[in-house]
Amino acid sequence: MKKTYDVEVDCANCAAKMEEAVKNTEGVKNATLSFMTLKLKVEFEEGADVDAVMQQAYKNCKVVEDDCEIFL
Amino acid sequence: MSKKQQKVLKRIVVALLLLIAVSILDALVEMPWILRLALYLVPYLVIGYDILKKAGKGILKRQVFDENFLMAVATVGAVCLGDYKEGAAVMLFYQIGELFQSVAVGKSRKNIAALMDIRPDYANMMVDGKLEKVDPDDVEIGSEIIINPGEKVPIDGVITEGNTTLNTSALTGESLPRDASCGDEIISGCINMTGMIKVKTTKEFGDSTVSKILDLVENSAMKKSRSENFITKFAKYYTPAVCYGALALAILPPIVRLFMGSSPMWGEWIIRALTFLVISCPCALVISIPLSFFGGIGCASSNGILVKGSNYLEALSATKYIVFDKTGTLTKGVFEVTASYPENGFDKETLLGMAAYAESSSSHPISLSLKKAYGQELDLSRVSDIEEIAGHGVCARVDGKKVYVGNMRLMQRENLTVTTEHKEGTVCYVAVDGTYAGCIVISDVVKPTTKDAIAGLKKNGIKKTIMLTGDANETAQRVAAEIGIDEVHSELLPADKVAQVEHILNAKGEKENLAFVGDGINDAPVLSRADIGIAMGAMGSDAAIEAADVVLMDDDPAKIALAMKISVRTLKIVRENIVFALAVKAVCLILGALGIANMWVAIFADVGVMVLAVLNATRALKIRA
Repeated sequence: MKKTYDVEVDCANCAAKMEEAVKNTEGVKNATLSFMTLKLKVEFEEGADVDAVMQQAYKNCKVVEDDCEIFL
Repeated sequence: MSKKQQKVLKRIVVALLLLIAVSILDALVEMPWILRLALYLVPYLVIGYDILKKAGKGILKRQVFDENFLMAVATVGAVCLGDYKEGAAVMLFYQIGELFQSVAVGKSRKNIAALMDIRPDYANMMVDGKLEKVDPDDVEIGSEIIINPGEKVPIDGVITEGNTTLNTSALTGESLPRDASCGDEIISGCINMTGMIKVKTTKEFGDSTVSKILDLVENSAMKKSRSENFITKFAKYYTPAVCYGALALAILPPIVRLFMGSSPMWGEWIIRALTFLVISCPCALVISIPLSFFGGIGCASSNGILVKGSNYLEALSATKYIVFDKTGTLTKGVFEVTASYPENGFDKETLLGMAAYAESSSSHPISLSLKKAYGQELDLSRVSDIEEIAGHGVCARVDGKKVYVGNMRLMQRENLTVTTEHKEGTVCYVAVDGTYAGCIVISDVVKPTTKDAIAGLKKNGIKKTIMLTGDANETAQRVAAEIGIDEVHSELLPADKVAQVEHILNAKGEKENLAFVGDGINDAPVLSRADIGIAMGAMGSDAAIEAADVVLMDDDPAKIALAMKISVRTLKIVRENIVFALAVKAVCLILGALGIANMWVAIFADVGVMVLAVLNATRALKIRA
């Protein structure tokens, strides 16, 4: 299961850190964040609760980069 | 500029004016340090409060090694050491650099969005006898939509009423308008230029060409190139390494000096460490590389070349071998009459006419090409008694004369002496009332741009061009000689193509890539097996487009050379940026550690390098053929 989200972040390095944070969230199989298109593509593990996983992913992103937004 | 950017700009202007005012005052009037500090803190806080806040939050969350932290430590450190002006100036220039970067990136985002501005917003449909604008998503297959001049074609379909000219440049990069009339297929994303047309949709919006292209381009940025991955990984180790380096620079030399009995000069070494921190910011690299690739991909799509990812754009530059499928790729894939040889007193016109009439009831590609070559409306009352002779051809009565059209076996069966013999293409022999009338050669025609395309590839450093085909060897050799291809493998079954490509893949060098260009359903396995699969988008099957890494929207093989050129240039820009940024940083870091480079040099190394790298990266968007 894959989903794409719009994100807002100001610097490329921060985008890379957010990507890493989402990847390390439980329930996420893989994630890519393109700084150029400001889109986050998340591939979820089989049977994961998408909303809960994304809430957690959002929190994890906030830790590494406070000035970011994921439009869930 | 967005609101956020405008706000930052205002703060920059205010802080700059304040800083100048305070500096002048400072130079003219002797003041106690506490007053000077208070005065300099005003512009410093105006421009830097958010950075300090972010740095504070970062420390609380134990995410210390980010830019905000670097800047906060460097400027606070400078202020603590009495360099009030430098502290405020560093923060100011850092913000200017950030603003510039944000504007530049926003601008190239917009440029690319403009290139891809093909998403139709609505479709005109008759609802209850009234023309209404509906969401293209809601239009079902088989609905009739109306497209006015100046509007985008929202959904793929077939024209049922009206004639027009279409501008396909957004899709194919081809600026020449195309005529379309009743019965023609029409793809979404074109712009209807001259006449109103009615179109019966053959696909849903989601499956239409325009949706697929948009999807593809949006996803292309997700597939990251090796250079991008390298930089991301690099930044991950680089930032902490520099921070520890700075810490060591601040502590170790003074301690060594203490042991050696001289004054430790703490202040001097801490300043050097702070300079070191400012220089080290990895942003120039991290931003400019994806920006270059995105620009390259954007430039390619505006030329009708869809590249599905930065990694493919990167791979394309190292392509040394190109394998082509023949039919539909190098040739038009449409049969046309290429020659006719009348005999025994018949002329070309009669020969073609007789054949066209005899074949008039068939819809076989060969019959169709005969009718097309004849070019006149057929008067079906002139032909009667049409009889198909399986495996041989047809016989019919045209204007009362008995006409046979077919292969050599048909001529032999009718005991006719064939005086002409041709081996190329498909040959149709014609006999009228027991007399051999001549033959017509039908073959697949080479695309007009193919020959130049192959020559262009050679110029772009391709080592070998190879053609694979299921055709007979003689036809294949003739085409190969005509267009200047190096190597030909003919009479192949679809499975043999994979084997051939495997063979070449094994023989080539490690860093040389192989591209396969094809269009058919059975090309899909080869397209995915090759280092880079290039599919013909207009003629190509969905399976081929799906499996390919690069799609040529107008089926023009000449675009391959252009794609390679864009790829090579983009890679060059990427390398320039990597080398330039790393070299400047390395030199400045060393100078900073030695105490030669001051805070101002450090600001250039950070902001200046980033600005230059971003400007260089935006060049990728403007690569010309």
